Amino acid sequence: MTGAVTGAVTGAVKELGRIVRVFPALLKVGLAEAIAYRAEFVVWMLTTTLPLVMLALWSAVAREAPVGRFGEAEFTAYFLGALVVRTLTGSWVVWEMNQEIRTGTLSMRLLRPIHPFVAYAGEHLAAIPMRAAIALPAVFVMVALVGGERFTRDPRLLALAPLALAGAWAITFLAMLVIGSLGLFIQKSVALFEVWLGLFAVLSGYLVPLELLPPWLRAVSAWLPFRYMLGFPVEVLVGLATPAQAVAGLAAQAAWALGLAVLAAVVWRAGLRRFEAHGG
Amino acid sequence: MPTEPAIEVAELSKEYRVHRRAPGTRATLRSIFRRQYETVQAVSGLSFRVAAGERIGFLGPNGAGKTTTLKVLAGLLHPTSGSVRVVGHEPRRRERAFLERITLVMGQKQQLLWDLPPADTFALNRAVYDVPQARFDETMAELTELLALESIMYKPTRQLSLGERMRCELATALLHRPQVLFLDEPTIGLDVTMQATMREFIRSYNERHGATVLLTSHYMADVAALCPRVIVIGQGRLLHDGALDALVRRLAPEKLVDLKLLRPVDAADLARFGTVVEHGDARVVLRVAQAELRDAVAGVLAALPVADLTVTDPPLEDVMQRLFSSAP
Repeated sequence: MTGAVTGAVTGAVKELGRIVRVFPALLKVGLAEAIAYRAEFVVWMLTTTLPLVMLALWSAVAREAPVGRFGEAEFTAYFLGALVVRTLTGSWVVWEMNQEIRTGTLSMRLLRPIHPFVAYAGEHLAAIPMRAAIALPAVFVMVALVGGERFTRDPRLLALAPLALAGAWAITFLAMLVIGSLGLFIQKSVALFEVWLGLFAVLSGYLVPLELLPPWLRAVSAWLPFRYMLGFPVEVLVGLATPAQAVAGLAAQAAWALGLAVLAAVVWRAGLRRFEAHGG
Repeated sequence: MPTEPAIEVAELSKEYRVHRRAPGTRATLRSIFRRQYETVQAVSGLSFRVAAGERIGFLGPNGAGKTTTLKVLAGLLHPTSGSVRVVGHEPRRRERAFLERITLVMGQKQQLLWDLPPADTFALNRAVYDVPQARFDETMAELTELLALESIMYKPTRQLSLGERMRCELATALLHRPQVLFLDEPTIGLDVTMQATMREFIRSYNERHGATVLLTSHYMADVAALCPRVIVIGQGRLLHDGALDALVRRLAPEKLVDLKLLRPVDAADLARFGTVVEHGDARVVLRVAQAELRDAVAGVLAALPVADLTVTDPPLEDVMQRLFSSAP
């Protein structure tokens, strides 16, 4: 009994050690790919700048009169925050998984002695520094121009902000894995992804800060993961959340991440069984 | 010396359930509500053993079940029934120790990262397979030389020609020094010179490292040059397992006698030596039964104005054609 437990633990530790050793190589490849895809990258940057559009829109509205506790300056801080969060946490593994399933290159991935989820995670985390290098200076300039005082100075919130960002990345990435794994059952899980993106836009605070939504919609958003992918980390960055709310939000993020990780593993395993029975 | 066979397949069967749909909008709509399935028997009752270090040609027409069998052996597909063992492992479990000892190359699917030079894929695979740096350098040097990778491994993969890409693909697949190679159409689409290069490489890898090679190919020349033993399947069943020339002798107990003539000869004068396959003024080809070859050749030399004479086996393609058309 103890032997089995010790064995499992050493096995897990060994596996973890391997992952740690593989990670630098995965990061290197991810970075090289991000650089090789320069053109796509620009397109991606343009599509991710939706918060800037919303910023202009809402600032114009707030110039007449503040909306709730949002004046022009608050809107500016909020949407710049949204741009930062989206830049650092966006993930599109669904596209990749879908294509690999349809073309059968998934087979090649399955024959490598590394779990595909680990490989995807490495490749995608690697794109973040590149994105940050391009997006963040622009944001800093804008913040300096419009006045940075709207971003939080509270050291407690500043300490929690990286955790909130990591949580947002994990939830986004794991949700992508769930939808991507569904591709093993239905031919185009990308269609499902479009629906997901639509819900995200409304219920995450991407288009409108959540507290400005009608009460019933806000209540709905509280029970869904989208808020924890964007609205919540932005609120922490901008100082719209109290430290107590931030801690509660982190706990909710952890719960969502855990739930999605389990779901992703279950869907993937079931999907693979189908794949192995019917061929890829 | 390992006594255990590298590959052991016993009574392997694999069937798929395929979604069946007639063309047309109505049928499409109907299929949303009631899906019709059809069971396809890809492989049935297949058994064979392969010793470590053997080179086996795996032959059969399209849809015979070759790729299915390779995928089962590599662990990508689960057998419907029967058992499969490869280097002591059950492939379907895809254990790390198993994956580190095999490789699967599919001419149609690639492992190389499309937008990056092959060298990056090599480095990634080194990490993924946990190959020690010293051994990696050694293997890399060997592969670079044998496959002439020097000038191509730092160009982005998408800029490589098909032949260059296949060379790199093969290198990627062999970096971890697998003991069993499953090669599905490794030379497809390559020109004759490139095919020969790949063949030579596969042979030398097999000889240097004692690796077992199981290869499918449409090009009979590949198989004839590389594989002392062939396994032929048709409609998922085993049709032949043994030496290639035994197969040829069994199926085509005839030889072709190719004559260069000094002057034209009448058809009637030729027919008594064998069946006339080709009849030109300066060149004639006769088909002669194996047993009558001696007499026929002696007779031809004595009676006809022969400048040159060669005896050959009928083309392998014809032999295979005959085998498949005689299959039940």
